[in-house]
Amino acid sequence: MKGPRYALAVDTRTCVGCAACVIGCKEENAVPLGTTRDWIVTETSGVYPALATQFRSERCNHCADAPCVRACPTGSSHYGPGGTVQVNPAKCSGCKACITACPYGARYVDPRTHTVDKCSFCLHRLASGKRTTSCQEICPTASILFGDLSDPESEISRALARRTWTVLLPDAGTEPQHYFLK
Amino acid sequence: MEITTTRQNPLIDPSLHVWHGEVAAYLFLGGLVAGLMILLGAYRLWKPERPRSQALARLPWLVPVLLSVGMLFLWLDLANRLNAFRFYLILRPETPMSWGAWILLAVYPVSLAFAWNESPAAWRRRALARWPRLAALARCSEARQRPLAFATMNLGILLAVYTGILLGAFAARPLWNSPLLGPLFLASGLSSGAAFILLFGLEDEERRLASIVDMGVIGAELGLIALWLLGLAVGGLAAQSAARLFFGGPYTAAFWTLVVALGLVIPFIGEAIEYKRRATPGRATALFVLAGGFALRWIVVFAGQAAGWVGQVAGK
Repeated sequence: MKGPRYALAVDTRTCVGCAACVIGCKEENAVPLGTTRDWIVTETSGVYPALATQFRSERCNHCADAPCVRACPTGSSHYGPGGTVQVNPAKCSGCKACITACPYGARYVDPRTHTVDKCSFCLHRLASGKRTTSCQEICPTASILFGDLSDPESEISRALARRTWTVLLPDAGTEPQHYFLK
Repeated sequence: MEITTTRQNPLIDPSLHVWHGEVAAYLFLGGLVAGLMILLGAYRLWKPERPRSQALARLPWLVPVLLSVGMLFLWLDLANRLNAFRFYLILRPETPMSWGAWILLAVYPVSLAFAWNESPAAWRRRALARWPRLAALARCSEARQRPLAFATMNLGILLAVYTGILLGAFAARPLWNSPLLGPLFLASGLSSGAAFILLFGLEDEERRLASIVDMGVIGAELGLIALWLLGLAVGGLAAQSAARLFFGGPYTAAFWTLVVALGLVIPFIGEAIEYKRRATPGRATALFVLAGGFALRWIVVFAGQAAGWVGQVAGK
């Protein structure tokens, strides 16, 4: 693919689940009350007393093979700059096929516009010259990395090369571009 | 493993509920209309010269009417209804909902022309006397009896199969994600269509034919349901979890009683007894079939949204 390939990674070793990313996103994107574009998952695994807890800041996975884009009958859900997945509200009929198609439950109907919405990787910030997403900017433990995977020298590329990582539901075949550093 | 989540998107959490009764009602009416189109079109092709009962000659007019009711339900389900026209500004071949929208549009002119051709000659003469401007359209339609019957039948097949594929294409919903949903909805639509025909005042031979078709497709439907559930039960973790909705889970009682017992097995036995005793098929069994067809769509729509992928992660 030519051009940038935007991706986001969350460092699960340093994330403390404070939910500042959720609040920052709500503030930046005027997310309506009762809905969220990102959220915190707290996963505790193991058998007592050998338990381990992981905090994950999750959002739309901006899949390279996005089922929501394939399911959209009007072309509203589409691939945007840097391979991100975007919604054009002007084209959205609110049929909710994309919500049904998303295995991550990342989408919702905006109660104000009656169109589907979700995390955009803060594309508007990138367009205005900023280089961070709002969740990344507000994160007090610097656990969120956002950048261009097509640039091997970007911070996220180097972190993914250096560290072990996971993605969610790899068997769903969606090629998520949201990574979790272990 | 325990997962605690702080998500709270309405209609998404704790489980997906974005498609409601409107979608189930549309899927039922779409299947019923498709079944009517297939049976009426096939009957015209099979017995082109045979005179029809008054009821059978007028039934094709119900195709666009029932479809319009179904599409009204579909429109009501849209969150942003004013943008419904967007479906018709683009054709996306990889999206079943997109080609479904275009199939629905194609059904109107074809089914109206077919209904005109099937109408009693005296009725058509009266209509032309009242609206003489329709004469050219009527001649055009009447000159194409067989192609229109053929188109009606095949559009009916496409309509029925697409409703199943629409759900089957969602890989994120393991209960739906089966290629068998297309043929299952085709069989269910045919069965509903045959049962609907039986509600009207047909001649005895027409009733028997509709009843025989119904028995055949009910048998096929039972087989397809068995294969669909088998496919889920022997599938991966997500599919097995979805299958449990019908085997001990919250949809068990509704599915096995409303869909399988009342909607398929009991009417099949009723129709078989009528056939064996050479009795004229009655309306009671037909009502059971229709109720079962509706229950199938309703339960599949809601149960499908209760099933999802089981949390898993993998990486380097």
